[in-house]
Amino acid sequence: MKATCWMGKRKVEVVDVPDPKILNQQDAIVKISSTAICGSDLHLYNGFVPTMERGDILGHEFMGEVVEVGRGVKKVKVGDRVVVPFPIACGVCAACKAELYSVCENSNPNKWMAEKMWGHSPAGIFGYSHLTGGFAGGQAEFARVPFADVGPVKIENGFTDEQVLFLSDIFPTGYMGAEMCDIKQGDTIAVWGCGPVGQFAIASAFLLGAERVIAIDRFPYRLEMARDKAGAETINYEQVDSVIETLNDMTAGRGPDACIDAVGMEGHAPGIKYLYDRTKQMGRMETDRPIALREAIMSCRNGGTVSVIGVYGGLIDKFPIGALMNRSLQLKTGQCHVQRYTKKLLGLIEEGKIDPSFVITHRMRLSDAPHGYDMFVNKQDNCEKIVLKA
Amino acid sequence: MGTVETGWEQGDAGEWQDAGVTRRQSSRRAAVEGPRTYVEPRARKGPNEKLADFLGWFSVGLGVSQIIMPRVVSKICGIDDSDGNTVLMRALGMRELTSGVGILTQKHPTNWVWSRVAGDVMDLALLGKVASNDENHRGRTTLATAAVLGVLALDVLSAQQLAQSPNTAVNPDVDEEGIHVRKTITVNKSPEEVYSFWHDFENLPRFMRHLESVRMTSEGRSHWVAKAPAGKSVEWDAVTTRDIPNELIAWRSEGDADIYNEGEVRFQAAPRGDATEIHVDLTYTPPFGVAGRVGAKMAKLFRKEPGQEVQDDLFALKQVLEVGEIVLSDATVRKGMPHPAQPDR
Repeated sequence: MKATCWMGKRKVEVVDVPDPKILNQQDAIVKISSTAICGSDLHLYNGFVPTMERGDILGHEFMGEVVEVGRGVKKVKVGDRVVVPFPIACGVCAACKAELYSVCENSNPNKWMAEKMWGHSPAGIFGYSHLTGGFAGGQAEFARVPFADVGPVKIENGFTDEQVLFLSDIFPTGYMGAEMCDIKQGDTIAVWGCGPVGQFAIASAFLLGAERVIAIDRFPYRLEMARDKAGAETINYEQVDSVIETLNDMTAGRGPDACIDAVGMEGHAPGIKYLYDRTKQMGRMETDRPIALREAIMSCRNGGTVSVIGVYGGLIDKFPIGALMNRSLQLKTGQCHVQRYTKKLLGLIEEGKIDPSFVITHRMRLSDAPHGYDMFVNKQDNCEKIVLKA
Repeated sequence: MGTVETGWEQGDAGEWQDAGVTRRQSSRRAAVEGPRTYVEPRARKGPNEKLADFLGWFSVGLGVSQIIMPRVVSKICGIDDSDGNTVLMRALGMRELTSGVGILTQKHPTNWVWSRVAGDVMDLALLGKVASNDENHRGRTTLATAAVLGVLALDVLSAQQLAQSPNTAVNPDVDEEGIHVRKTITVNKSPEEVYSFWHDFENLPRFMRHLESVRMTSEGRSHWVAKAPAGKSVEWDAVTTRDIPNELIAWRSEGDADIYNEGEVRFQAAPRGDATEIHVDLTYTPPFGVAGRVGAKMAKLFRKEPGQEVQDDLFALKQVLEVGEIVLSDATVRKGMPHPAQPDR
């Protein structure tokens, strides 16, 4: 089959690899109809996530048709059309029972590696380095899906791929980011990053009852999408002196009730702030650039919540713990527990409350994936979200 | 073979004690066995290392004082504070600091403690020279000499202790007696289920991946076959030495085993839910004598410590009990790294 493989920093190739096989009894093999490039794939692409190996198959947002099941699979059948959540979860461990699927205790065979890096191990993830299991990803023609009865969501109501594909990651991730803000009537929510996850965080904040959502980015086309499609007010951080002061102005000095960091480890800022973090990162003195996170913490109103859904990998510098502690802020975070949200969010799509396809700007063949990565990382042609058709 | 600490001793406190960590015992265990005191078997610093650590900090403190305020230290020792003496005092301070940092940072500080002994002898010689000079304060010099003699005695004692006690935090995992491992995991199944699975020794190769087979030969006796390098295998007989239903199984290899090994596994109800804490204590000598021990040390340098294999096996046991089998990824079906995460040919 054809698969998108990581061949080194800033280098992906679509190459012929063996077809996946059933390895465990609860596996299914899915023939992929649609898959997408995620912003977090760009962290792998840019070489910021350790333990990538040359030839690793990328991709953790995919859907398709079940073509084979292991003998332990009971619910999912050959011929079913399914969307596959990006965290691999067993459904029976203590974490899964508590609906903390992205920290499943059994699904990361390279648990020891993650324990060395992070103390304890999260769940396995498709196509996301050996630290999270070394599972082949879904930017390919076929994928092996472990625990087929736990993760995959059956799609039966004739939706197009584009309407439901993002149940695999970015819609639930944005939704969880907003849910962690514990939104109450009249709340103002600020969202850093107007990439696809940021767009869904904005949309979800409104779905959960926010009065206002203020979105922060530097690309006019992304801010325009946040305004026109998701309904946010926007700040272009390159055009204001201080995001914090601007937010204070917009909220009469209170600050947003909750702040969502949908940027993660590769944040940008104008001038010296960016240079400082980029230099430290290049010197391996920090692994991540927490520019958005610092700003989110400093901006948040006293007693508010900072919700982190942008991906971080390792260690950061100049973390404003004083602001967090002295101002009674709450920090909530996590890789999305996708399996917890799929049914509910599919319901919202069915009710017509949201059509997740609004973020798609580009559609390509799987074989064009290298071009897609290049375009997405350089924000060319107003690129927001790329869907690959196998 | 020295003593093999089981890590468990009867105690009179109704709580678990883990060198400063105490917690309430589960009521289930209390009902069955009565209170126990838990004694950390290894890994924590023993009295020998504590003395060495004290001497290390002492060196650092004295060294820093000598470097920062050489005149004050000179005065205390009854030495005149001329410029030449100040320079010498600073040099001695550097020596102290080096010894101290060596003792505190090195895994095997024995030689660094001996460096302190050498330093003490040097100091005594210098103090003798000081005492012979009438310009100096003889009373203070005598006190300083007494202090150095006292510390010299401690230094010699510490160096000897360290040399004689390899089986401590200095060298926690591998020593002349074999490899000691203590690992734990929590499994989301009842102690009854976990115990009965383990109690059927023929199940062990399902999660102990170095085993080929375990066969029960008679009541309490079993025959073990393990994989060895180059397609070979090693075999031994084992006897079950203790067996408390739903709680504990202990075993030991018998006779002329290729791999001497003994172990104990305890099953304890977890504080929450119908889950079990599994505690494993193992001691074994790797095959091929010294080469095996060197191999174990090498393995520790790269990725896998001896204990990591046991931890991996316990993780495999958790997977077998909770999801029914060991979970594989495209990368883990092949041995070793690096290779890509993509389906195998």
